[in-house]
Amino acid sequence: MRDFAFDMATGPSVGRQRDEQQPLLEACNIGFTARGEQLLHNVDIAIRQGSRTLIVGPNGAGKSLLLRLLHGLLQPSDGKVLWQGNALNAKAQRAQAMVFQRPVLLRRSVFANMKFALSVRGLRGQKRSDKILSALASAGLSHLSNRPARVLSGGEQQRLAVVRALACDPELLFLDEPTANLDPASTAAIEELVRDASARGVTIVLVTHDVGQARRLGEDLVFLQDGHVAESGPAQKILTEPQSEPARAWREGRIYLGPNTQSLCDFPGSKL
Amino acid sequence: MSSFWDALAGSFGLVIALDPDLMEIIGLSMRVTLTAVFLACLIGLPLGAAAGTFRFPGRTLLSVVLNALMGLPPVVVGLFVYLLLSASGPLGPLRLLYTPTAMIIAQMVIVTPIVAALTRQVVEDFNSEYAEQFASMGVGPLDRLMSLLWDGRYSLLTVALAGFGRAVAEVGAVIIVGGNINHVTRVMTTTIALETSKGNLQLAMALGIVLLTIAFVVNACVMGLRATAVRSAYA
Ligand SMILES: Nc1ncnc2c1ncn2[C@@H]1O[C@H](COP(=O)(O)OP(=O)(O)OP(=O)(O)O)[C@@H](O)[C@H]1O
Ligand SMILES: [Mg+2]
Repeated sequence: MRDFAFDMATGPSVGRQRDEQQPLLEACNIGFTARGEQLLHNVDIAIRQGSRTLIVGPNGAGKSLLLRLLHGLLQPSDGKVLWQGNALNAKAQRAQAMVFQRPVLLRRSVFANMKFALSVRGLRGQKRSDKILSALASAGLSHLSNRPARVLSGGEQQRLAVVRALACDPELLFLDEPTANLDPASTAAIEELVRDASARGVTIVLVTHDVGQARRLGEDLVFLQDGHVAESGPAQKILTEPQSEPARAWREGRIYLGPNTQSLCDFPGSKL
Repeated sequence: MSSFWDALAGSFGLVIALDPDLMEIIGLSMRVTLTAVFLACLIGLPLGAAAGTFRFPGRTLLSVVLNALMGLPPVVVGLFVYLLLSASGPLGPLRLLYTPTAMIIAQMVIVTPIVAALTRQVVEDFNSEYAEQFASMGVGPLDRLMSLLWDGRYSLLTVALAGFGRAVAEVGAVIIVGGNINHVTRVMTTTIALETSKGNLQLAMALGIVLLTIAFVVNACVMGLRATAVRSAYA
């Protein structure tokens, strides 16, 4: 079974494009097992060049894990990850960047954090400083340039993590719940950064719990439930008429409790 | 009881008068210990950082050995360095026994495992936090090591100060390899031991006051560093 946006071929932009145009990144039936427990099962997705793909699902569904596998930080136990049709290697990994669920900022100033990331990419001198200044300006962080990065507010830290990743000019950017815990203004600021990057051609893979954000940013959508892909396809389609029960529950803001339960009252042992 | 108060009063007199003998001893102490700690850091910081960052065969063994060596009895180190430097030892031809260099070597042997073991702990903690980010960025091994050392700078300064505190207060090893020769290898701790046994309590106590002050200053530095680190969320 191939859970691919285009397999549900009904929307306008779909069809069997996959055969004509090679996806940028593919997960071919990947599984992941840790300590004898299978955490991901047969995940088969393809990410189109330049698209915005959302990964959605409840806590513990395996979204962050999937991102780590796609980014090559972990090796799948089964199946393989392909970058432009070839096995993911160090060079391919450098064409990607990732903003982690909890942003990891160095114990240095905001400026020095940017400087470090760009130095790793081999940028030096004036070119590097110019790039840092424009990146910080794009995120509204210019006035915080000399502040220790770790005293920034949560939203500022997230913005810094996003522009730091974008400053490395990735072809593909992974974002793991970049706006969880942020106020609406900071959320909008981050979505703006993501949209700008997308407009410049950066492929986006974004994990979110937020239905509104999914509506605003989604093109393709993958719904994960307990390590399985419950549903995948064009985001608008899944948001308007979800086919699977977990996706429907998410859209309606309900908790999905399993295939045989409709509400908390049906949950075994429930006293409600 | 009056001899105690006499000694105390006299010792303060010596400290305040910057007595030349006293100054010479303090100067040598500082030179020996600072050199030893500097060299120990030169070896211990990269060694500990590598042990805390990279996975290589024998990594666990290295950590266990470093931790065990932290508690090395100084007299045993003194004996070991003595055998190494004595006329018939492998380094005998260098004729280093009973010189300040010998004391530097002894203190270095005592402090290096302390610096390395504590560095490993600090760097390992930082590494577990940074490893994925570094992997994602494609940071090379040397850059990783240097970044971890730099980001751990506050904690690592504390580590160096701990090494300094241990070295400056050390007596057993330096008395064996230095010989406590007047104007040559007499440092604060060995002088205190000698002068006390000779009954010259004034000088002994003056040095005791200086040592205590140094310990106090080192601790104040550690606390100050920690406060600075916490303020910048760098701890
Ligand atoms: N490297 C790993 N080794 C072992 N177990 C892991 C690993 N990574 C994740 N897990 C487990 O896999 C499950 C899914 O974790 P994951 O972090 O992917 O969830 P998530 O979908 O991102 O949830 P959330 O919405 O809370 O972020 C969890 O039960 C977690 O304990
Ligand atoms: Mg997660």
